[in-house]
Amino acid sequence: MDYHSPASFAEASALAANATGITRFLAGGTDVLVQLRSELVTPDTLIDIKKIDGVSDITRNVDGSWTLGVAATGAEMSEHPELSGDWPGVVEAMDLIGSTQVQGRATLTGNLCNGSPAADSVPAMVAAGVTVTITGPDGNRTIAAEGIPASPGKTTLTKGEVVTAVNIPARGENGGDAYLRFIPRTEMDIAVVGVGVSLRLDGDTITEARVSLGAVAPTVLLVDDCAKAIIGSTLDDVALDALAAAASAACNPIDDKRGTIEFRTEVAGVLAKRAAKIAYARAKGEQA
Amino acid sequence: MSKFHVSTTVNGDAVEYLCDPRETLLDCLRDKLNLTGAKEGCGTGDCGACSVSVDGRLVCSCLMLGVEAEGKQIDTVEGIAEGDVLHPLQKNFIEHAALQCGVCTPGILVAAKSLLEKNPSPTEEEARYWLAGNLCRCTGYDKIIRAVMETAEELREAS
Ligand SMILES: Cc1cc2nc3c(=O)[nH]c(=O)nc-3n(C[C@H](O)[C@H](O)[C@H](O)COP(=O)(O)OP(=O)(O)OC[C@H]3O[C@@H](n4cnc5c(N)ncnc54)[C@H](O)[C@@H]3O)c2cc1C
Repeated sequence: MDYHSPASFAEASALAANATGITRFLAGGTDVLVQLRSELVTPDTLIDIKKIDGVSDITRNVDGSWTLGVAATGAEMSEHPELSGDWPGVVEAMDLIGSTQVQGRATLTGNLCNGSPAADSVPAMVAAGVTVTITGPDGNRTIAAEGIPASPGKTTLTKGEVVTAVNIPARGENGGDAYLRFIPRTEMDIAVVGVGVSLRLDGDTITEARVSLGAVAPTVLLVDDCAKAIIGSTLDDVALDALAAAASAACNPIDDKRGTIEFRTEVAGVLAKRAAKIAYARAKGEQA
Repeated sequence: MSKFHVSTTVNGDAVEYLCDPRETLLDCLRDKLNLTGAKEGCGTGDCGACSVSVDGRLVCSCLMLGVEAEGKQIDTVEGIAEGDVLHPLQKNFIEHAALQCGVCTPGILVAAKSLLEKNPSPTEEEARYWLAGNLCRCTGYDKIIRAVMETAEELREAS
């Protein structure tokens, strides 16, 4: 295994473009090292992106949007009061990943690019409308977070492409987001279902919404029918039931020891309702 | 594959070692620096027995490469006592019988010290969540939590 720690993304991209065999980027390493040590994936080329300037920065831009470096850790996100104030759902989703020790290293970008359908921060990012900026042999591009996962363990990134930043939109007025997952115990487990919701209100009425489901299909889903079920409503019982039905209808899960198909499908509906209620309360400025 | 030359600081001392890029920080601490306090429990980041602090951040040394330690400040369980004088956490672990076989203890001491540095007045729930990534198969955790809470109180009174 060759180890490189380039000083720029251009260099990182060139290294990856010219490498043969298996290439991995090293952010927090909490997936890469587990796979390396269990001999699931032994990269031929490992490119550590943490020596690149600014990769740990968390910046609020003048328009209120956020730019997160690709090595900013879960712990650094949780310790950022303004980020947690704007996007509590994204921060709480990231914070659910692993233990204190894992939080000290794990990143949003690693969670997204590892390609797990159960990745906790991904439904929250998708609901929030997060995009990622990518540098590759053909230049730069910016795409929506939901455009990255292709299938379990696979992404749409092409050879030589490296994610250079995570962009979270401006929260704006009267908005709120939330993420909930179901796991068989209270800490340190993989999501059986995860739901991210972000919405905006005009008075009591929902004017915008994005709902995303994790762990119920080969990739994280953005479910338009869930958004349609609550837009225009005050999140009354009729809207909540429609939301739950749309969430369950979107599920195409696996059966495993953590949860059956039937269970995951039902829980997706239940969690969608609960997450929507929290996002709604947050949009109203209430503690939730 | 050529080896990497790494210069880093462990418990305040400048150290150097040569490592293969596949070797973890845990391997380097134990096999090259003879600091065997950090233990390999699971090797997959679940058990916390290999916990160390890197630039003030608690991490699993089994999930970090030795080459990544270049230029960092590493703190391990070996640096917790001041010479022969045990840290209040260590004294309270003995006092409360918060250890039996001892495999998890170095990691838990490092993790608990890091908690009290960040949050001198944790609630019991906060302490339990902070230490959720440190598994102990002997004590049932209660004695560990009591030792940590007692230390927090002592340190608050002393300051
Ligand atoms: C004990 C433990 C518990 C865990 N619990 C959870 C959990 O509850 N929920 C959950 O979702 N995950 C969990 N994980 C998995 C893991 O911690 C997360 O997926 C984490 O967010 C990965 O981030 P990282 O920075 O460590 O990624 P890394 O391991 O560094 O990288 C992961 C992948 O992303 C790619 N990558 C990294 N950076 C870039 C980049 N800039 N451009 C392109 N590709 C890149 C790498 O090539 C690699 O394929 C757990 C892991 C452990 C060890």
